[in-house]
Amino acid sequence: MSSYSITEPPARHKWIAGVLVVTYAIITLLPLVWIVATGFKTPADAISYPPKVLFEPSLEGYVNLFTTRTRIGDEALAALPPPETWYEEIVRDRGMVIAGPSRYGERFLNSVIIGFGSTFLSVFLGTLAAYAFSRFRVPLADDLLFFILSTRMMPPIAVAIPIFLMFRQLGLSDTHLGMILLYTAVNISLAVWLLKGFIDEIPREYEEAALIDGYTRFQAFYKVVLPQAATGIASTAIFCLIFAWNEYAFAVLLTSGTAQTAPPFIPTIIGVGGQDWPAVAAGATLFLLPVMIFTIFLRKHLLRGITFGAVRK
Amino acid sequence: MAEIVIENLRKDFGDFNAVKSSSFTIEDGEFFMLLGPSGCGKTTTLRMIAGLELPTSGEIYIDGEEVGRKPASERDIAFVFQMFALYPHMNVRKNMSYPLISQGMPKARVKEKVAEVARILGIEDILNRPVGGLSGGDRQRVALGRAIVRDPKAFMMDEPLGALDAEFREHMAEELRALHDRMGATTVYVTHDQLEAMQMGDKIVVMNHGVIEQFGTPQDIYDKPATMFVADFIGSPPMNFLRFHGSLEAGATDVTLSGHRFGMPQLREPKDGDLVFGARPEHVELTDSSDYRGEVLATEYLGTTQIVTLNTPDGQIKARTPSGQPARVGERVGLGFNPATITLFDRQSGRALRSDLNEGVLAHG
Repeated sequence: MSSYSITEPPARHKWIAGVLVVTYAIITLLPLVWIVATGFKTPADAISYPPKVLFEPSLEGYVNLFTTRTRIGDEALAALPPPETWYEEIVRDRGMVIAGPSRYGERFLNSVIIGFGSTFLSVFLGTLAAYAFSRFRVPLADDLLFFILSTRMMPPIAVAIPIFLMFRQLGLSDTHLGMILLYTAVNISLAVWLLKGFIDEIPREYEEAALIDGYTRFQAFYKVVLPQAATGIASTAIFCLIFAWNEYAFAVLLTSGTAQTAPPFIPTIIGVGGQDWPAVAAGATLFLLPVMIFTIFLRKHLLRGITFGAVRK
Repeated sequence: MAEIVIENLRKDFGDFNAVKSSSFTIEDGEFFMLLGPSGCGKTTTLRMIAGLELPTSGEIYIDGEEVGRKPASERDIAFVFQMFALYPHMNVRKNMSYPLISQGMPKARVKEKVAEVARILGIEDILNRPVGGLSGGDRQRVALGRAIVRDPKAFMMDEPLGALDAEFREHMAEELRALHDRMGATTVYVTHDQLEAMQMGDKIVVMNHGVIEQFGTPQDIYDKPATMFVADFIGSPPMNFLRFHGSLEAGATDVTLSGHRFGMPQLREPKDGDLVFGARPEHVELTDSSDYRGEVLATEYLGTTQIVTLNTPDGQIKARTPSGQPARVGERVGLGFNPATITLFDRQSGRALRSDLNEGVLAHG
């Protein structure tokens, strides 16, 4: 006879739950797997019908992603000295030579600067604001908090035209600073509200103890409140980064050259030398990595924060 | 160590007046109790002394220096919180070192000092443990350790035993009092528990609705209450109140309740109107020689004594009598009061009338 327990679900339920989780994982992961796989296909394999599940892997997509190439005649190709590197060889096999590096590296770097820059700024300002709202008697605090939240009550893109005009007037169009400020402005309401919740949960007595122990208000904030709020700061940073990293519409509208981020750039790869799906897939795959790494890195922190909370009281 | 003088201290939170113009003096080395029901302003008063709240008006002197506007970090006092407020991301040793590090004390000296305090408190074996897993008592000791370690001018304690279970509280109270006697540090202690206040305090301030009702030694406060609130709040069961209407001259030595005369300490002021006759339960005697009769409603056996609840012509009262004395429910018994211990109150204001008993004590209030 099996005994009934309120903490341990019956085996049959576990089995059903397992099937559901696996099904869900397959549905969500399949497109991702397909993109990663496409990145390692040759252009011909990528568009073959029926689609190829098993294929011979190739780095052509990645080579094409990072280079620009020129087609030259067979005679001119034969006249060249033998290729010096493996990637030159891949390009030569297609009857082309490498003309130079592509802009993917730059665009990727732009994404990193703008994404992490605005995340840092949002979390930094958000933490200070949330602390002030949580601890001090701010006049009209409720109204201010509502105002901050109200900036998220319509889709940000609805104000694209005024922002476009403002940026043009201020000389912020197509600059890193402009994009960082824009994404910070969008993220800060989320950051303030999330962090205020976390800081409200931290008993004031900790800071008061530090004040009594001879520390200034800022030292108490920095040495006692911040370590306690690490969980909240980490999760807020993840949310902010995901938005800034993936944002597409404003990036298309406001950047074209120096400050263009990866999302608007990746689709343009298609036009260079035919429909190069492996290069697009390779670009998308690499683009996914930083947020994944960032999340996994902070997840450890998140778990630590959760167990911390459990033993506090 | 220091003397703390509070003068006309007042605190408003918006429209709410938390503390109304309080004045009292805490002498050097005193174990001083701030006692009152919740919301009476005792914690706010303590927090103002510590520098965690700014007073709306009034002065706070620590060691002769006015500190009312100074930040907490510059007042050199220690604070023990009800929830202990140990830094959760540090272990016991770091928690106790923290106030010393802020003073820039060299590391070796910090270690020495922490070890010394840990020995006094008997927590040497848990110094390297995280604070998360400690028992209530150990947390309490660590919180005390963090307070003691830097030899502050004074200790502030906000219901430090409130979070402990009853059995352990008794033990900790003794430990705390012994620690105080050993160090002789001025201590201000907030509590809503009158027994704790009587048991541990050298002096007690009783507060209610932001007002100081009485200030004095536990004995004075118990025997010579300045107001009906104090008489009711202190003592378990509280003082009996018998309501009557009368006209008394200064120098009167007795009052008449339902036609029976009862003696009392000589009155020092005349009074006419609605009055209250106050007698502690232990000063009520069941005696057949009295014609003033009451009916026994209930008895509670407490070991050496018993509490007898009686119905009198002037209201219900409780008497604390030796448990051997027979008192059966429904029986009518004669009642007497120990004349030297009686306090009369003005029913309107709740204030005690001046008499030979409380003369001199009331001046404090």
